[in-house]
Amino acid sequence: MTEPPTDVPIEHLLRELTPQVLGIVARRFRDFAAAEDAVQESLLAAATQWPCDGLPENPRAWLTQVAFRRMADYIRSESARHRRENEAALEAVRAPHPATVDASPQEDDTLVLLFMCCHPALTPASAIALTLRAVGGLTTAEIAHAFLVPEATMAQRISRAKQSIKDSGTPFQMPTPEDRAHRLRAVLHVLYLIFNEGYTTSAGPALRRADLSAEAMRLARILRQLQPDDTEVAGLLALMLLTDARRLARTSAVGELIPLAQQDRSLWDRQQIVEGVALLSATLPKGSVGPYQLQAAISAVHDEAGRADNTDWPQILALYDLLKRMSDNPMVMLNHAIAAAMVNGPAKGLDLLDSVAADPRLADHHRLDAVRAHLFELAGDRTAAIKHFRSAAGKTGSLPERNYLLAQAARLSSDPRPIHNHE
Amino acid sequence: MKYILMMNASKAHWDAYATWSKDDLDANVAFMRAFSKELKEQGVFVATEGLGWPQQAKIVRAGKDGEPVTDGIFPESKEFLAGYWIIDVESPEQAYRIAARASAAPGPGGTHGSMPIEVRQVLSGFADLGI
Repeated sequence: MTEPPTDVPIEHLLRELTPQVLGIVARRFRDFAAAEDAVQESLLAAATQWPCDGLPENPRAWLTQVAFRRMADYIRSESARHRRENEAALEAVRAPHPATVDASPQEDDTLVLLFMCCHPALTPASAIALTLRAVGGLTTAEIAHAFLVPEATMAQRISRAKQSIKDSGTPFQMPTPEDRAHRLRAVLHVLYLIFNEGYTTSAGPALRRADLSAEAMRLARILRQLQPDDTEVAGLLALMLLTDARRLARTSAVGELIPLAQQDRSLWDRQQIVEGVALLSATLPKGSVGPYQLQAAISAVHDEAGRADNTDWPQILALYDLLKRMSDNPMVMLNHAIAAAMVNGPAKGLDLLDSVAADPRLADHHRLDAVRAHLFELAGDRTAAIKHFRSAAGKTGSLPERNYLLAQAARLSSDPRPIHNHE
Repeated sequence: MKYILMMNASKAHWDAYATWSKDDLDANVAFMRAFSKELKEQGVFVATEGLGWPQQAKIVRAGKDGEPVTDGIFPESKEFLAGYWIIDVESPEQAYRIAARASAAPGPGGTHGSMPIEVRQVLSGFADLGI
């Protein structure tokens, strides 16, 4: 592995080196939680010293050495309390200079770290926070800022997450082959959640959270390098690229949501669409098609339509049919109903919604009402559409969404013309 | 998702609180401190504040020229916000469990509290209409 060029901003360099250094330290001391703290301290030291003193000759060795010293301090203070138990760990401290021993990162370290941070013992919020810090190299303050909570709260969340991993007794090593597939799915899910946190919050006061989608894409690219043959890893990266390509078009200058059909498609990021489509085209023929690839494929069909009217809905419906068979996600059922309505008319879509409305995960969900409202509007039933837009507005937990839904109801109530029927 | 947990009390409750014994007040304050600490340790704490006595409360409206017109004599039955916590949790159920903890704050004479706590979601900037 070669060192990155020295003109890379220090912050980027540190974030790139974080998982490598943490891998070295965690592997050596076999204590992920303490190693993670030690590496954070070494990153803080670098962030204050490097801008004044200039970059060290070997930044990774510098960080590793500082983290090793912190670990040594930690183990000494711990061993004062439990001398016997820590004999083995002290051996590691007494070992020769890190730069001459084992300071080279192993290819798989970052992957092992991702598996650790997305451990099934963690709640999604904890896994997200830990992944951003331990693999993404973000500071606790940056993560707290992104999630709009106090720094102390985020610090506590991360420390509890590490405690859960410690309690689970998971060693710092690759999961067993039997475990590996479902652990990788957990990693993909956490990266997907990080992406969504950023993507769905591109409006209003939380604009800065857009950085989270960029970070999720960066982590997905790293994961793809580590697992180049996994089709779902490629599928997730493609999905992110193809979804994020529409970012600039999905909110107005004042932060109002703009639905797909009304977006200014010239604002879509062509380069990202080309990259996502190419990645997907190279992946689909490999077989073993999974939910991320299907969602990416659906996104690609939308992205490839020059105008909303040219959208290949039969293709999208076919893809949702497949997706519905392999995913139990209630949102997939809703999207499937929309696609069915676009192909076979709103009545068909509304029937499908009736058949899934009993699902307890959907019964009180604002999106069921929002989709119904949309389909009632397509069907020309303005009264029912208004009623469901308002009902959805009352259920959503999001301010931009509530504004959007109320605006739809207001538009329909004030428009004296008969509703244009798209059928 | 963030929730606000609000303690509401009528003027009569506020007046009664003013007559609590030193031990009862100490127990209540100790509970509130421990509760906030618990929220911080769980990694869910966002904010908490206690509010001033309702005697000082004013309702302000804009007058004809935009000048403040205040109103301050309220019926005995009116409920006043006494204080609140904002928490960041993973489910509404988790918010309800935490609200039940707050509700159990000890009452006068060492009684077991069951103060009503109003739980409301704080709207996010998060929008997921699938667009």
